[in-house]
Formats: sequence, structure tokens, C-alpha cells
Amino acid sequence: MSHYELDARRMLCPMPVIKTQNFVATLKPGDTVEVFCTDHGALNDIPAWSRINGHEVLATRELDGGEVSITVRVGDSDD
Amino acid sequence: MAGPQSFNDQHPMSRQRKALSLISGGLDSMLATRVIMDQGIHVEGVNFFTGFCVEGHTHAIRRKDRDKPKRNNALWVAETLGIKLHIVDVIDEYKDVVINPKHGYGANMNPCLDCKCFMVRKAHEWIREHDFDFIITGEVVGQRPMSQRRDTMPVVARESGANDLLLRPLCARNLPETLPEREGWVAREKLFDFSGRGRKPQIALARRFGIEDFAQPSGGCCFLTDEAYSHKLADLWAARGERRYELDDIMLLKVGRHLRPRPNFKLIIGREEGENNFLEGYRRQFTHIRTLSHPGPLVLIDGEPGADDITLAARIAARFSKGRDAEQVEVEITPKAGEARRENVPPLPSGEMPAAWYL
Repeated sequence: MSHYELDARRMLCPMPVIKTQNFVATLKPGDTVEVFCTDHGALNDIPAWSRINGHEVLATRELDGGEVSITVRVGDSDD
Repeated sequence: MAGPQSFNDQHPMSRQRKALSLISGGLDSMLATRVIMDQGIHVEGVNFFTGFCVEGHTHAIRRKDRDKPKRNNALWVAETLGIKLHIVDVIDEYKDVVINPKHGYGANMNPCLDCKCFMVRKAHEWIREHDFDFIITGEVVGQRPMSQRRDTMPVVARESGANDLLLRPLCARNLPETLPEREGWVAREKLFDFSGRGRKPQIALARRFGIEDFAQPSGGCCFLTDEAYSHKLADLWAARGERRYELDDIMLLKVGRHLRPRPNFKLIIGREEGENNFLEGYRRQFTHIRTLSHPGPLVLIDGEPGADDITLAARIAARFSKGRDAEQVEVEITPKAGEARRENVPPLPSGEMPAAWYL
């Protein structure tokens, strides 16, 4: 299992979700990714996307400079 | 001796059928999806992001909206219905729809009929790649003046290539039978015959499903239906002498006050802190001006300004600062590729700012 960081700064929703979705599609179940965003809408949208698609949000953080991050653990794929 | 038969071999008609639903985040596509789910079809959603979607953007940018609850309606719909949602970036492919719409524009720069054909075509490609059986949309005959008319709905089915794989559950009984109906995958008599612009049947159906709190965007979900936005896009193309755009262009059209004092440049002026912060992210791509002696907005200059133009831009920036009534305002001018310099300029009097400058 591996951990990754994904830069979705300066993107407006839904682009951080799309970027997360496309990156997660390349990962294995159990891998984790911390997505860094400047659009605070991602604090709602990435968890919602994760719930819908069977992934788990491990943490959300508000960082300096107005950034936020969301850490997602990739769920088992049923595809 | 033959081996054990699979379930599908024994019951060829019982194979779980799968539909892809175009989810906008509004009520109609939500209801259409639910109607088909209730018929035992496995439904997944798709939402196409064109760059012009109203969803969330101005909300995310403007500081005053930050504290209001914010949600992506397409994700909310999918979660409420308990279906997967695939959000697809079609920004680049969509340019041709906006720039060269075969069926023309609506009241503004909205190429609604070409847009619907494009989205159903993308959905058709998707179902072929993912082995799904048909496509559903929340379209209703007579609901929209361009793309949802009795004479244009067959155009969408034909030009998208989806043909009779495209089912509109809310108005199916007003339309010819589609393959899912003919094959008995869905029961036509359990579909609907909604028509027209009224919303009462949809509201009643929502109530029957126990769906509340759904989004009802009054101006549609696309910036291209917005008159002011369309005017800015037309101005961008006129100034460039060609009809093209990049994602940054169309994002910036959503932000700030846009003024074109001369044909060769325009100014993008932040209206409040959130917009200034957003524009900060673009400052390296543009010559930009900020006021130093008085609080004021960040001003980006888009185009090819000469020295006189930059002085004019600085005076306009001063005009939009708290120093608008001062004799002189100190500004910092940073060329796109160059060192920042400071100047004192008199704010431009309001009488010298014609209304025609405002886009």
C-alpha cells in the first residue's frame, strides 16, 4: 500500500473531484492519497464523491494560506 | 455432457440491465433516474464538466458566499439516489460545440441543441465502453425552447448516434417506443407523459418519492445562457479576432468587473477579497496593477497594452480604490515579464469612464 499527494490547488470544483477520481482510478485498494485544494468546496465534494464510490475519507485538514487537504483511502473496486 | 449453465443462460431475459443517466444536479434527471431504478435497472450517473457549468464556481470565489453551505448538486443527487457518479472532464472537446454549433445559439451564446447531442453522444460512447444497455435523461417535451422540443428531441437521438437507446422516462409516453421499452427491460406504462414548462408534475413525483431539498436553478446550470457572460465571451472573441478560448479565459469571465477602455486591452478588476485572492493566482500571466497608498482591487490587464494604455489602466485602478477622491494614488505596476515599478497617478474621474467600457 502506498501513499500519494495530489495537487489540486487553484482548481475550482468539480475539477479537484475529477482529478481525484482519475488519480484514484490508477491506485490499488488500500492506497491513500492526500489531495491539496484551495477551493473549500472540495471539503464537501471529495467526501461526497468518496462515499458514493466506496472510498473512505481518513482526514480533512485546514492548512495555512487558505489551503485544505482531504485524505482518501481507496476502497475495494467492484468493477 | 454440458456443464452447469449460468443464470444468464437459463434466463436470457433476466440479465441485469444497466443504464447510464445524465445527471445535471437538477430535479428532472434525478426523477428520471429514480423511475428507472424502480424498474429494477442498475443505474449509474454521468456528469459532464464543460467549464461553463455554474455549479459552485462563483460561490467558491466570492468571499461573502463562503460561509453558506455549499454542495455539488450532481454528487448530492447521486448520493441521495445511492448510485455511482462519473464526472467527466470534456472541456477541450466541448470547445467545438461552443465555437461552431451546427444548430446555432439560443437567446445568448448557448448552443443547447448541439450541447445535448454532444452529451448524449459522449454517453453513448461510454455505454459501449462499459457494456451498459441504454441511456436515460431527464428531458421533457416542450420544457426548453431549443433542445427539448417535439421536433428537436429526435435530432438529439439521431445525431448523437444513440437512436433508440436513448430513453426519456419523464416524457417517454409522448415519444416513439425505444429499445428498452420494446425489449421489455422497462415497462412503458410505468413511464410518464410530462410535457411543457410547468413543474407541477415533477414536484408531485418528487413528493411521491420523498425527495426534498432538490436544486431548482432559476437560470439554468450553464453560464452560456447568461446574457452578461455571453456578452463578455463575444467581446473576448472580437478582441482576439478569432473564436477560441482556454479554460483560464472562461474561468476569468466569471470573476470580477470587466472593462474594455481600448480595443487592444481590457481590465479585470476584483470586486471583493475573494475575487482578489482568485485573481492573485493569475497575476504571473498578466501585467497587473495594485494600489499601494490606498486599499484597492487587484487589476489584471488582458491584451497588448502600450505605455499610454498602462497609464490609463493605472488611473482606472486608482478610481476603483479607496483613494478615488484623492489627488494622487500610488500604484505598483508589474509587467507580465518584468520588474514592478511604482507610480503616482490621478484617479480617472467617473465622468471620463463611459458606460460602454463596462462589459
